[in-house]
Amino acid sequence: MIKAKHILGGATALLAAGAVLAAGADLGQAQKQATNWTAIVMFGIFVGITLWITKWAAAKTKTAADFYTAGGGITGFQNGLAIAGDYMSAASFLGISGLVFGSGFDGLIFSIGWLVGWPVITFLMAERLRNLGKFTFADVAGYRFDAGPIRTFAACGSLVVVAFYLIAQMVGAGQLIKLLFGLDYIVAVCMVGAIMMIYVLFGGMTATTWVQIIKACMLLTGATFMALAVLFQFGFSPEALFSKAVEVHSKKDGIMGPGGLINDPVSAISVGMALMFGTAGLPHILMRFFTVPSAKEARKSVGWATTWIGYFYILTFIIGFGAITNLIPNPADYFVNGDVTKGLNGGGNMAAVHLAKAVGGDLFMGFISAVAFATILAVVAGLTLSGASAVSHDLYASVWRHGNVDSATELRVSKITTVCLGIFAVLLGIVFEKENVAFMVMLAFAVACSANFPVLFMSVLWKDCTTKGAVAGGTVGLISSVALTIMSPAVWEVSLGHAKGSAMFPYASPAIFSMTAAFAVIYLVSKMDSSAQAAKERALFPAQLVRSETGVGSSSASGH
Amino acid sequence: MKDEDIVERIQKNPKFMQFVTMRNNYSIVLSILMMIVYFGYILLVAFNKQFLATKISAGAVTSIGIPLGVGVLVFTIVITAIYVRRANSEFDAAKDEIVKEASK
Repeated sequence: MIKAKHILGGATALLAAGAVLAAGADLGQAQKQATNWTAIVMFGIFVGITLWITKWAAAKTKTAADFYTAGGGITGFQNGLAIAGDYMSAASFLGISGLVFGSGFDGLIFSIGWLVGWPVITFLMAERLRNLGKFTFADVAGYRFDAGPIRTFAACGSLVVVAFYLIAQMVGAGQLIKLLFGLDYIVAVCMVGAIMMIYVLFGGMTATTWVQIIKACMLLTGATFMALAVLFQFGFSPEALFSKAVEVHSKKDGIMGPGGLINDPVSAISVGMALMFGTAGLPHILMRFFTVPSAKEARKSVGWATTWIGYFYILTFIIGFGAITNLIPNPADYFVNGDVTKGLNGGGNMAAVHLAKAVGGDLFMGFISAVAFATILAVVAGLTLSGASAVSHDLYASVWRHGNVDSATELRVSKITTVCLGIFAVLLGIVFEKENVAFMVMLAFAVACSANFPVLFMSVLWKDCTTKGAVAGGTVGLISSVALTIMSPAVWEVSLGHAKGSAMFPYASPAIFSMTAAFAVIYLVSKMDSSAQAAKERALFPAQLVRSETGVGSSSASGH
Repeated sequence: MKDEDIVERIQKNPKFMQFVTMRNNYSIVLSILMMIVYFGYILLVAFNKQFLATKISAGAVTSIGIPLGVGVLVFTIVITAIYVRRANSEFDAAKDEIVKEASK
């Protein structure tokens, strides 16, 4: 791997793909750049508009249902854009285009991995989630299971995923602000925490959704413009673009084929599983299915989301190659000391931002920087909202108060939790400033596919599944995925600084083992469970099946 | 009519189980297809890098891996669209029919 430090420096914190690379990558601390006023003003405009929307949304957010799911009044198309917004993080945009810039073809392998989970959600989960759930994915598993244990487990699964994802985003925000705006780390972390809390506290899901939609549109527009500008330079001939790239890139023809990213098949399949099934266990994504009024709209949502995300990944591939052909021939403008071998100013993840300047001047670069930062803000808001709903709806209202709680109290608890999570996120962002957090998004995916996904899948589709089985299997998945990740080279050697080769778990992702273990334990424990409670749960399956398949009796999500 | 009664009548309707089996089979076939395409590509990356780096034609720079990779992205979008389209028209119509029958 060439100079992994340059290719993956700076905001690698965000780059989940980096977790796989992290085996050899040293996460450089981003160098603070000159203050970029254009970007700051553009970002200010974005914040202004979104706060105005939050004010409008606040007037509509009165009940817990409004807060969690925007009253179920989002259309499939809007929700599709919002899901795409949740998913097209700064990591995808800067990270994948940076990876393509550094290694060419390898970037494509990662973008494919990030997309393939969506069909699985569409075919197996979206509609059933919508029909069975109300506010959180625990509602789905909680339909026929014992509320106490299953919701406690689901809330833990959600919070663990949210916490890892939040840390990665906050540290990423801090590193990015140094690069994009030329401001201090701490300013970024506090700003993201504060603005995000305003969105969520006052505007709930309505504001969070619209922030995502606006951001998704800005990101898609900006990326489309850049990709078209690049293709235009080469008369819309990919072949011409690639031959120029091969001519100027230091790896020459190496950028046209797979590099050293994936060598051992076990890691390859394991990472693939984490990405494919992890997407179906991310609480902030799952919760978006409750914001639409029907199963039909839920399907449309994923249809649109998949389209936008896939289109976006094709754009990032072109942008990465555009960065090769536009930046490398002009080292004086874009590289450290004008020397290509020293890497891009601000690190490899800045490829897209520099390309924006090359094709659209300072004003466009300001726009792209503002979009990249707005992206983090929006993702953090979505994460916080899903964390808050896990605490207030699952732990407080359902487990602790056994459902005997009015909407106003539940809403108050969600808001208090939002503030706590906001402060927690800021503190974690500060604590982890100097840490290598590249593995955290990958860890979130590992937990999502090993704990949340198997429980959801089995509770909805397997009639013999019981509470004991689901909780036991999910817990095994949760603990094993976290433990194996810590013992893997990316964390044990790179982050914790143990000697090279000392990692006890040799693969890049635990999914192939931890997810299998979760399913096996759910199966075995459920089969052995002969309690009266288990019999009751099995007897409820036919009714659950009718509801999950037809939507009869499902929550309209328009209130209690 | 109460939801519970409708649910019970749907359960007893043999058409309902037929519908569920048919749709589940369709979902599973598409899921397996998606996994074959994706894991096939990943295994190609792991085992046969040479093949992916082969040029698409003599004298060209573009390698086979690039159209194949973009092909996987496009396949993912298309297979999702196919499912959504069929589910939102044909499957929903069949489902509505069953629910209507039970609600009479």
